[in-house]
Amino acid sequence: MSPVLSISAVTKTYKSGQTALHAIDLAVEKGEIFALLGPNGAGKTTLISIICGLVSMTSGRISVDGHDIITDYRAARGIIGLVPQEISLDIFATVENTVQFSRGLFGKSANPAYIEQILRDLSLWEKRGARVNELSGGMKRRVMIAKALSHEPDILFLDEPTAGVDVNLRRDMWDLVRRLRDRGVTVILTTHYLEEAEEMADRVGVIDRGRLVLVEETATLMRKMGKRRLSVTMQQRMTAIPPALSGWPLRLEADGERLVYEFDANAPDTGMPLLLRELAAAGIDYKDLETGRSSLEDIFVGLVESGV
Amino acid sequence: MSVVNLPGMWAIYRAEMARTRRTVLQSVATPVLTTVLYFIVFGTAIGSRMHQVGGVGYGAFIVPGLIMLTLLTQGISNASIAIYFPKFTKTIFELLSAPISSLEVVLAYVGAAATKSIMIGLIILVTATFFVPVRIMHPGWMIAFLVLTALTFSLFGFLIGIWAESFEQLAIVPSLVVTPLTFLGGAFYSIDMLPQPWRTVSLFNPVVYLVSGFRWSFYGVGDVGVGISLVFILAFMALCLAVLWWIFRTGYRLKP
Repeated sequence: MSPVLSISAVTKTYKSGQTALHAIDLAVEKGEIFALLGPNGAGKTTLISIICGLVSMTSGRISVDGHDIITDYRAARGIIGLVPQEISLDIFATVENTVQFSRGLFGKSANPAYIEQILRDLSLWEKRGARVNELSGGMKRRVMIAKALSHEPDILFLDEPTAGVDVNLRRDMWDLVRRLRDRGVTVILTTHYLEEAEEMADRVGVIDRGRLVLVEETATLMRKMGKRRLSVTMQQRMTAIPPALSGWPLRLEADGERLVYEFDANAPDTGMPLLLRELAAAGIDYKDLETGRSSLEDIFVGLVESGV
Repeated sequence: MSVVNLPGMWAIYRAEMARTRRTVLQSVATPVLTTVLYFIVFGTAIGSRMHQVGGVGYGAFIVPGLIMLTLLTQGISNASIAIYFPKFTKTIFELLSAPISSLEVVLAYVGAAATKSIMIGLIILVTATFFVPVRIMHPGWMIAFLVLTALTFSLFGFLIGIWAESFEQLAIVPSLVVTPLTFLGGAFYSIDMLPQPWRTVSLFNPVVYLVSGFRWSFYGVGDVGVGISLVFILAFMALCLAVLWWIFRTGYRLKP
């Protein structure tokens, strides 16, 4: 399959001399949900803004479904929908008018049935006649999404879609993303709610200080970098790890009540059974055992700290 | 996608005209009221003690100048706020991300601002006929000057809107540059009435040419030849277009 978005050697240096992006290369396949992860100021929004035409790149080349975003911008932009991080709307327009405006702006003739469908999907239909400034923050964000979908884009960019969003909208948003994916729409999102990327994304790209440090399938990344942990809640509190267990990478948590063992999730021998036998041999009684997998957040922190 | 994004231009134009309808009092009633006040003060109170100017009664003489003055200020204020406001509220991201060319964006915004100015100009013309006898000797030229001036100064306003980074800057050019030029541009007098050196100085005021050409289309008399007026307004339009072309080529104040 040929990529629907192909970015090659894209750099951005602002007039201030600050370099926001260092030679980014990335290809996103059609129908994929791709998550761009990174701390604030890493360059996520700059990259998206360049693809969507809001910021000009310093060098490099980007094509969207085979259309160069500079020389063939009409075709490229026509299939892109963008929901920026910040809510910015014509507050005096009505919900329905502003969504219709976006569809027109993107060169599409009116399609009231489609607009109605979007407004219903986003629970905005009852509010269609309301002025934007009468809406709550969550509703305004729904309007932003409706506008981005108004021209039936093939690629949807969601920049920090769930920052400051309540649980309902968050759930609705992910339902919508899944429905879009089922229709073949490619979704590219940025987030620092890492569990979301883990839950939603097919692939993850980690961006840090303007460099794309890693692109990996979410599952592979979890497998490769993921750590598992065993926590043992003991009958008696412990002040220090007994010498008999000094060969194990253990640490005490919860005031000496819990013993935590971290290990490589992919190792053929996890060491768990042996550790439990040694605990018994050392006369340590426990009342509970719990195993877990490290989150993308842990992986990410590990990556950034190790300066990969 | 077609070569020209007509639905996009139409969407902008309609949204701008909808804004006019929402603010009909401010957009239409205010300039009309101001003009009526001018007629009462200059046309009736002072004008009744004035001689004729160029064979025309003073009240009728100031009509073309007043319309021109309104066209200039309205064109500038409408177009500048139309593009400044999306910059201010950041909704401009949508314009920049849309498959619409810069020229199409300009045509739609400037077209809407010019439409509004022309409507107000015509309303003032109709209002004037209630106060003074107005005759139009060259209606074709009158319309041509009306449309060209509205378009050119809407274009100029668009430039100011892009340049401005604050509401103060947005107001500074119209109030500190345009208003003095219009008052000293022969709207209320013929520049022949000025003593030297002011008569010569006036010839450097671009508004003189606009008012003169427009007045010629009404009464067949002007301070300068109608051809010069036409050349001037076309040249000013070309200058605005050139600056605009540069702005969009470089992304000045639009794209970081």
